Amino acid sequence: MAALNKHIHLRVNGVSHALEVPANMLLVELLRQRLRLTGTHVGCDTCQCGACTVHLDGRAVKSCALFAVQADGCRVCTIEGIGGPGGLHPMQEAFRDCHALQCGFCTPGMIMRAIDLVERSDGLDEQAVREGLEGNLCRCTGYHNIIKAVLQGQEAMEADDD
Amino acid sequence: MTEATGIGAAVKRREDLRFITGAGTYTDDLNQPGQAYAVFLRSPYARAKVGAVDGSEALAVDGVLAVYTGQDTSADGLGDLPCGWLVKSKDGSDMVSAPHPPLAVTQVNYVGEPYGLVVGETLAVARRGAELVNTEFIELPPVAVLGGAARADPIHEGLAGNLAFDWELGDQAATDAALAGAAHVTALEFANNRLIPNALEPRAALAQYDAVSGEYVLRTTSQNPHLERLVLSAFVQIGPEHKLRVIAPDVGGGFGSKIFIYAEETAALWAAAKVGRPIKWTAERSESFLSDVHARDHLTRAELGLDADGKFVGLRVRTTANLGAYLSTFASAVPTFLYGTLLSGQYRTPNIHVQVQGVYTNTAPVDAYRGAGRPEAAYVVERLVETAARELGLDPAQLRRRNFIQPQDFPYQTPVALVYDTGNYQAGLDRALELADYPGFPARRAASERAGKRRGIGLSCYIEACGLAPSQLAISLGAGVGLYESGEVRVNPTGSVTVFTGAHSHGQGHETTFAQVVSDQLGVPFDSVEVVHGDTGRVEFGLGTYGSRSLAVGGSALVKASEKVIAKGRRIAAHLMQTTPDNVAFQDGAYRSGNQQKTIQEVAFAAYVPADYPEDLEPGLSEKAFYDPKNFTYPAGTHIAEVEVDTQTGAIELVNFVAVDDFGRIINPMIVDGQVHGGIAQGVGQALLEHGVYDEQGQLQNGSYMDYCLPRADDLPSFLTDLTATPCDHNPLGVKGCGEAGAIGAPAAVVNAVTDALGVRDIAMPVTSERAWRALQGVAGEGV
Ligand code: FES
Ligand code: FES
Repeated sequence: MAALNKHIHLRVNGVSHALEVPANMLLVELLRQRLRLTGTHVGCDTCQCGACTVHLDGRAVKSCALFAVQADGCRVCTIEGIGGPGGLHPMQEAFRDCHALQCGFCTPGMIMRAIDLVERSDGLDEQAVREGLEGNLCRCTGYHNIIKAVLQGQEAMEADDD
Repeated sequence: MTEATGIGAAVKRREDLRFITGAGTYTDDLNQPGQAYAVFLRSPYARAKVGAVDGSEALAVDGVLAVYTGQDTSADGLGDLPCGWLVKSKDGSDMVSAPHPPLAVTQVNYVGEPYGLVVGETLAVARRGAELVNTEFIELPPVAVLGGAARADPIHEGLAGNLAFDWELGDQAATDAALAGAAHVTALEFANNRLIPNALEPRAALAQYDAVSGEYVLRTTSQNPHLERLVLSAFVQIGPEHKLRVIAPDVGGGFGSKIFIYAEETAALWAAAKVGRPIKWTAERSESFLSDVHARDHLTRAELGLDADGKFVGLRVRTTANLGAYLSTFASAVPTFLYGTLLSGQYRTPNIHVQVQGVYTNTAPVDAYRGAGRPEAAYVVERLVETAARELGLDPAQLRRRNFIQPQDFPYQTPVALVYDTGNYQAGLDRALELADYPGFPARRAASERAGKRRGIGLSCYIEACGLAPSQLAISLGAGVGLYESGEVRVNPTGSVTVFTGAHSHGQGHETTFAQVVSDQLGVPFDSVEVVHGDTGRVEFGLGTYGSRSLAVGGSALVKASEKVIAKGRRIAAHLMQTTPDNVAFQDGAYRSGNQQKTIQEVAFAAYVPADYPEDLEPGLSEKAFYDPKNFTYPAGTHIAEVEVDTQTGAIELVNFVAVDDFGRIINPMIVDGQVHGGIAQGVGQALLEHGVYDEQGQLQNGSYMDYCLPRADDLPSFLTDLTATPCDHNPLGVKGCGEAGAIGAPAAVVNAVTDALGVRDIAMPVTSERAWRALQGVAGEGV
């Protein structure tokens, strides 16, 4: 049973794409397999680990929980679009600075979630960060340094805004 | 200002740049031209005969390339997946290792066991094909419950009682006598709950075969690519070792679960040659739950005898260990040599006897997971000690102090085979009590009670044996391989350094730590040292990373290789300075004699451009070393948990967690701290949240993140950590290993705190709020 193909237009990390995709293709599959943006990871099959988190029109979403066709006409930003070796996003800097990653598998999703969390709040404390990251699993760090990093990243993002 | 990069500096990790920018390359991120995809056929039953497997409908699907079964792999002569550690029963007989074909041939023995695979042009096509395979199963009654395995039908033909081994250690008669004569005996009976490791990156393989050269390349999620290559060539006999390259690229966590040689990468590699195409396989999380090895799962009865002064006189332990359906790679060593040997803990217990029955059940294989045997041992000892203190009305800290092995007792021979090298347990306890504000606890408890809550505090003074392992000792105890590590230090002509290690990093940060070590040894800039690992095509040999061994064993190999480099360089430098080597001193990257000096970079250049060069010396400046440890290392520490329990709901809040650990000398304190945090989270997970549950039919009841409760950010507090240090005295770095401590110390600390809060003698892990609530009702006399 061949899935119906659909035409979609979307901007990913500032680049426009016009693509034909199967109707049942997940957004994460489009990103990883079609566009080879492999920084977005897949850690589960029940939408519960957050490793696949990207920004869709500026909001953090789990890209395994959306079909690619649902991103038609949208802006998608992945970890690769947030900052690269030549210019890191303050949240990326904070993760490195605080040793908030070990194996790195959860890291892109954590960073994408954390940026969104900070952008949509006015001042997170430790408890708010812990609750805000509830949808993102990390098996390595015990979250201790991730929490530190998000608070430090928040400060840096606010300083950047000033 | 340049950042400090030497030993002891909290150097930021160089691997992070690729991970924070999404540029890491995990196995599933890789692709090969022309690759096909594999989907595995898995047993829906815990125990069944496999009848005909009809793949005709699947093969009719456009794009399905092949359907293979265990019949095919066995017809091709593929060998079994071996267990690499031979344990002997107490009667001297060898353990019974049931045949474990990579793909089940005639019988399946756990839900999720692979018995075939479908290869398709795309993943979707392969999935569709797998759905269309018709397999006849004849169901058999499963043995799913550990307690009933001894009385059940044998899972494996002729294996009475499903007993793989009946092992013992220690002096039974002396221990029985000591307990009979004890003034007080504390006895507990408990389970150590089954855990499912759940590295966040699912297992994966990308397998290739080149028919012209006969070479196989396997990229896979492995903690030990050389061991994988050895097993695949020597035992499974896929191809000869020199034609087999195993690469473990970035690996997203392991915690033990990626040590083992699994069916899937084995079958994928074999199938790649069959179909003549690269084959990719990536586990879905539900497959990980079913088919990654599980962990722990013990039933134990333990008794601790004390004399009238509160001195421990004897410890007797009887454990039944669940091994699952087959013996995984190191399964037999975990509940025996990594468990029974640790039962002395930090104490001078003169008599110990432990008996362990390893039992097969129709569940996923059970093997090493962070701590591997040592968390189970620490749980036995530390739950008993805390309970004994409560029964005797003693301060648990005081009872421990009274029984600690003292600094002057080292080296200390325990009654269970190990010789502890160094330690200062009192120092760790004192510092932890201070950080936890132990004296202030009664006031905090009173405050909680005023708020209608219960508060408890619990200690755990754990020990572990790390730095696996002295080869001869390990082999004499049944290991199938030596447990040394290899390293190579290659000084390039321009003076930069490439370091090759047989250890593997899947989150531990070796690329940073090992560069610190070598840059320190050679006195060259940190940035000029590159660390290569995880590829049998680049690194000569290695045993990999597990058991907190990388730095203690792998790091030591690099020190030895560096010393050889320095020694050779000294001869070159002496020649250049027209003196003899014994007149040349090496320090901070330079050879000096009188007022002359040659840097190691100048010496390296001379070694590769030997114009003016010692006559009898080979050119080049690259040295290898194998380091075989002389003993285990013995990290130890005190962990203290404090909890608050809501009496209405039973909800348990971990309000404080203190860890004070002795890891010997520290290379990178930032990384060490991170390792401790991660271990604590997994230990707390075991104590409060995690439990892999099979029903009586052998169906896994919680095979997803919806119902297997992995700790999330809001389940945990921030941790208070500190270090004490008694350097290891038998490896050149003085290091002990830090990767597992948290998972070993935390469970007993947490359960000791919870039982303290609830005022109960014991409670089962994981202590869910329901269990706590029921216990509270019991305490209140309202029935459980
Ligand atoms: S992969 Fe999307 S939430 Fe796990
Ligand atoms: S760093 Fe490994 S899962 Fe978070």
